[in-house]
Amino acid sequence: MSGTFVGMPAFPAAAHEAVRNPTLRGNLRHATHTIRAKRAKAVAELADWAELREAGRRIKDHTLRHLDRYLVQLEEAVTAAGGTVHWAADADEANRIVAGLVKATGETEVVKVKSMATQEIGLNEALLEEGIHAYETDLAELIVQLGDDRPSHILVPAIHRNRGEIREIFTREMREWGRPAPEGLTDTPAELAEAARLHLREKFLRAKVGISGANFMVAETGTLVVVESEGNGRMCLTLPETLISVVGIEKVVPTWRDLEVFLQTLPRSSTAERMNPYTSMWTGTTDAETADGPRVFHLVLLDNGRTDTLADDVGRQALRCIRCSACLNVCPVYERAGGHAYGSVYPGPIGAILSPQLRGTASEIDASLPYASSLCGACYEVCPVAIDIPEVLVHLRERVVQGGPVTREGNKAVLKPAKGHAAERAAMRAALWALTRPGALRTGQRLVSRTRRFHPRTLPGPGRAWSDSRDLPPVPAEPFRDWWRRTNGGRDTK
Amino acid sequence: MRVALFLTCVNDTLYPDTGRAMVKLLTRLGVEVDFPMAQTCCGQAHYNTGYRHEAEPLARHFSDVFGEYEAIVTPSGSCGAMVRELYPRMGERARAEGRGGSLATAVASVVPKTYELTEFLVDVLDVTDVGAYYPHRVTYHPTCHGLRGLGLGDRPRRLLEAVRGLELAELPGAEECCGFGGTFALKNPDVSAAMGTDKVRNAESTGAEVLCAADNSCLMHIGGTMARLRTGMRPVHIAEILASTEEEPAS
Ligand code: SF4
Repeated sequence: MSGTFVGMPAFPAAAHEAVRNPTLRGNLRHATHTIRAKRAKAVAELADWAELREAGRRIKDHTLRHLDRYLVQLEEAVTAAGGTVHWAADADEANRIVAGLVKATGETEVVKVKSMATQEIGLNEALLEEGIHAYETDLAELIVQLGDDRPSHILVPAIHRNRGEIREIFTREMREWGRPAPEGLTDTPAELAEAARLHLREKFLRAKVGISGANFMVAETGTLVVVESEGNGRMCLTLPETLISVVGIEKVVPTWRDLEVFLQTLPRSSTAERMNPYTSMWTGTTDAETADGPRVFHLVLLDNGRTDTLADDVGRQALRCIRCSACLNVCPVYERAGGHAYGSVYPGPIGAILSPQLRGTASEIDASLPYASSLCGACYEVCPVAIDIPEVLVHLRERVVQGGPVTREGNKAVLKPAKGHAAERAAMRAALWALTRPGALRTGQRLVSRTRRFHPRTLPGPGRAWSDSRDLPPVPAEPFRDWWRRTNGGRDTK
Repeated sequence: MRVALFLTCVNDTLYPDTGRAMVKLLTRLGVEVDFPMAQTCCGQAHYNTGYRHEAEPLARHFSDVFGEYEAIVTPSGSCGAMVRELYPRMGERARAEGRGGSLATAVASVVPKTYELTEFLVDVLDVTDVGAYYPHRVTYHPTCHGLRGLGLGDRPRRLLEAVRGLELAELPGAEECCGFGGTFALKNPDVSAAMGTDKVRNAESTGAEVLCAADNSCLMHIGGTMARLRTGMRPVHIAEILASTEEEPAS
């Protein structure tokens, strides 16, 4: 994934900083709680939500099961409609392809529709190395780009910024990138939006090349779909002559009809809207005389760890994700830790299961992500395609502590347990030994009870983390089972 | 009716009062309670930390110990969810990995008979007024695995509402996780503590003396945070409230 995140500390360390930042926590709390409540209302409006969720799950599972077939069908349809399909095995290959395509047009500037896939591969940075400037046109993405920052939310990349911070970024940076911010810009949402609109309009009208992702790709017709709220996407898709779309292979759906389900569940889950303000669809190229839309269209189909993820029978459900970000907005861990702590463009619960699958669990941050959850299950409850995120988290924890079979770059391998878990493993094994022997458990309990006067109020070793912020419960004089035996199940005493 | 009390290792070792309250309550309601001495632990800590293979012998042991009973009742939403939700999954995984269906068969003898306490009272015994008396202002925290794993719904609240003398205060953000999460509290101490603090501050805002839940593990974390923040509130397991009567009131 994007080089931006290399060298990130493990999740607990990154979260440590975030938890101590009151502005960040306030911004996140406010934003997630607002959208959380709105989503609940928008979902409650539909009597058939449970059926839609199940339908979405099934369509995605079916597609993933026959992914090879649908991708070939898609390629044929896109080609027939005048587009060109490119296959990219990883981030480097995708970046090379896109840079080559842009260079071939002779342009050095491109406008971009917000896209997770291009962030995942670090496209903007890769293009810059080739002398090509990529301008983000989504408002929040623009804020992140101007602020030389990283996105911290799937849908609202600048969720961690408040209005005052945004005003400051616009005033300082817009000039460097094009049309400067108006004099005396205040921090009212309307003025900020207007400043962005004027700044971006120039870019749209000048650009000859647009780069996008897609929310869906329809195999039967070769149609790509982008849903968005601001209309910037529509401009990028219709104004430039050349359009290059970089899309993860899991975004395909078999038929046009399947969209019906997702065009209901996605907006309600993400922005709590009944419908997306802009739903743009494009199929191949358009004829210059007659219509808007690209005259040259390239589709780059991105794998980058997806086939490997597909090979895992528990973890593959992560590929059902439609990036609605509902799981982020309800996640109590995301709310405190913020998106950056997850060390990837996919933060929150989905990031915690997707990144360690796409990238593997070799790095410290990836090995820590499966533990970045209390397994409270709020994410699973809201997910519109019913991804059982807690199940995958536990599955990945198993991979981290015990190793096991994985597929990496198409090859089967057996992973060794990650380092640094030896003490935990020993403790778990010792506990197992005692817990399969009721007698041993009883002896242990008695020991704990008899020595209770000597128990410290703070714990050594890993237990310190507990007693740093919480008091330990006092140990009772007698475990229940001893009471039960002594009193004959409570019958002998009062 | 003869039921087995599945007390869980945490309750047995650290919260025997909850077990005694269960015995008192169920006996009062005419249920014959047994405590199978061979019981140990459901294996949740192992399973959730990534030690699924280590959890398997514990699931098997649990099934051996409890298989013969008509019903198994536990005062823990999360251990209840472990048995009901995750044991079948463990059985299926073992089968899928070519290790045969014996674990699946073993757990099938306990899965449908395992109930969390409030579920057992409301669904099996069909009571909501258990004749309890508890003259305190109480706020109720629905724990995650009880709420979302078992789908306890409003059962605990209905039981509490029927307790004489009890004043139920609405907990803001009730359905948010308290931040315990087993080993999560150790592996991500900062986030866990931040979540716990918010939970306690919300509880404080209700003016209640007591925060009640149907799981002592969450109560240990919340109670430990309450003590550290010197709130004066205390955590009490719902079994202890429901067992409390005018003659023998719980504190
Ligand atoms: S995992 Fe589910 S809830 Fe989260 S972003 Fe993906 S589709 Fe939405």
